Amino acid sequence: MNKLKTGGKNFLHELKHKKILFLMIAPTIVYLIVFSYIPMPGAYIAFVNYNIGKGIFGSTFVGLKNFEFLAKTGDLWRITKNTLLYNLAFILIGNLVQVVIAVMISEIGCKWFKKVTQSVILLPYFISMVIVGYFAYNLFNYNYGFVNSILTSLGFAKHDFYSDQGIWKYIIVAFKIWSGTGYGMIVYLAAITGINGDVYEAAALDGASLLQKIRYITLPLLRPTIVLLILFSLGGILKGSFDLFYNLIGNNSVLYAQTDIIDTFVFRSLVGQYNFSQGAAVGLYQSVFGLVFVLGVNAIVKRIDPENALF
Amino acid sequence: MYIEWRRIKWQRGKKISNRKPVGKKDLAVKGSFYVVVGLFALICLFPFVLMITSSFMNETEIIAEGYKLIPKEWSLSAYQFLFNNSTNLINAYRVTITNVLIGGTLGLLLMSMAGYVLCRNDFKYRNQIAFFIYFTTLFSGGLIPSYILMVKGLGLKDSIWAMILPGLMSPWSIFLMRNFMKQIPDSLYECAAIDGAGDFRIYWQIFLPLAKPALATIGLFLVLAYWNEWYNAMLYIESSSKYPLQYFLQRIVNQANVQLLVKSGVSVNTSDLPSESIKMATAVAATGPIILVYPFVQKYFVSGLTVGAVKG
Repeated sequence: MNKLKTGGKNFLHELKHKKILFLMIAPTIVYLIVFSYIPMPGAYIAFVNYNIGKGIFGSTFVGLKNFEFLAKTGDLWRITKNTLLYNLAFILIGNLVQVVIAVMISEIGCKWFKKVTQSVILLPYFISMVIVGYFAYNLFNYNYGFVNSILTSLGFAKHDFYSDQGIWKYIIVAFKIWSGTGYGMIVYLAAITGINGDVYEAAALDGASLLQKIRYITLPLLRPTIVLLILFSLGGILKGSFDLFYNLIGNNSVLYAQTDIIDTFVFRSLVGQYNFSQGAAVGLYQSVFGLVFVLGVNAIVKRIDPENALF
Repeated sequence: MYIEWRRIKWQRGKKISNRKPVGKKDLAVKGSFYVVVGLFALICLFPFVLMITSSFMNETEIIAEGYKLIPKEWSLSAYQFLFNNSTNLINAYRVTITNVLIGGTLGLLLMSMAGYVLCRNDFKYRNQIAFFIYFTTLFSGGLIPSYILMVKGLGLKDSIWAMILPGLMSPWSIFLMRNFMKQIPDSLYECAAIDGAGDFRIYWQIFLPLAKPALATIGLFLVLAYWNEWYNAMLYIESSSKYPLQYFLQRIVNQANVQLLVKSGVSVNTSDLPSESIKMATAVAATGPIILVYPFVQKYFVSGLTVGAVKG
């Protein structure tokens, strides 16, 4: 009790003396309360049968019915599986390509070549996914797409990409790698250039070849960074790249079986079907398990590399 | 300060890569690195080039043979059409530029103030507030509760604030700002305080000018995010006069027609239009500014990315 009282007094004292500082941080606090904290209890909508007139807390409580329904229709399993598999592919293939390109670029001596390729590889990171949707149209459109014009000029039949279920997983992963390699490459390059040059000089004196240097110096010294980055990406494995999927697939329901992820499902429940409660149920499921993944990853990082743990 | 750190590392990198290759085998390996990196860069560039050449194609050639990397005949008809029907496109540009200016300025101001307060060691509640900010990255209510709040709670349906507010502040940028300002020596603040400068004045006249590199990085991230914004527009914007550039583009490609470009009241027979090249020309017109400024701003992004990868 006493402690509480002095606590309150301290706060008032601090408030009075640091009035300006409080005023300066106030907009941030208000902003986060409004846009992040107020929606949190709103996730309660997942447990009701939402009625727009009655509002979230006035609607009938239905317990776990929304979740049960989603599990029964198989939707929950399908979108979870897709989200996990896509993210795994993004993370594993993505990091592999990033490391390979970063190691190769670090060995390139020609300055202008290095600079130009680095800039070009980073460029896709700056482009909105809407433009990526245009690229896909430009390449894969049935009537006019570039791939089909190549196919016809070689004497093959046109391929209807936009109704071919199986092919989009490769296209989506390819575009993700295309847009994300620059970012990862920069991060890995920073780690490689941080390696002490003396190690390489010693290796050169011992007559190590280029590949040996990469195999026995660069890659082992890069390993902690690779592990750390992969682990942190695994923490976000339930978060989908909505902008990529939506701009490539859009409302093409033919392709949903293999391209529907949690985020696109939630979006459709909001915009197409007005099924707020089910969408929110999936959203809450994503948030809760996402938190579990982050905490799990952080616990692992804490054990292997306490310095880099998030908290 | 982290920029300095980065420069040191780059210099070291230069030293490493200038090592002379030992044997013929190394030379071959090195050559293959050039080839692979060069090819990968070409793949990265390819969609841009295809989009640009497609926009200069003759419509009859597209319809007969599809988009090509090297057209038989070059044509400016798509750009002529865009130039003559520029009202809606220019309006979309105007909306986007408004978002960039308001969102960028407000976001930078608020986040740099937050970073300044959090870096002040004499501010007692800085750790609690930092956790309060950090927690929002761990858990969120999800899209649907946010949507209901935006539409019913705040009444932002069809308001330009619905495009500006959601991306205004990000915990990552606030922490980047705080970490940068932490490097500014305390003595600087103490001297100013003894001279009688208030907290806000110290921020405005001492910390802000010294934090220019961090401001540049975060500012560019904000500008890029608002330039590429389409998601909130799709959720909240109804009237076509408030469409930002990217959403405008998305509507054109999704509806598979270019009618949106034509000013209402003007009757144009869409079947006569070079629609397929117009689509690509519109995309070029929207991407052009980014590609033009890219070489000049790239270094700020690179320094931001490198810092972002280090603990926030």
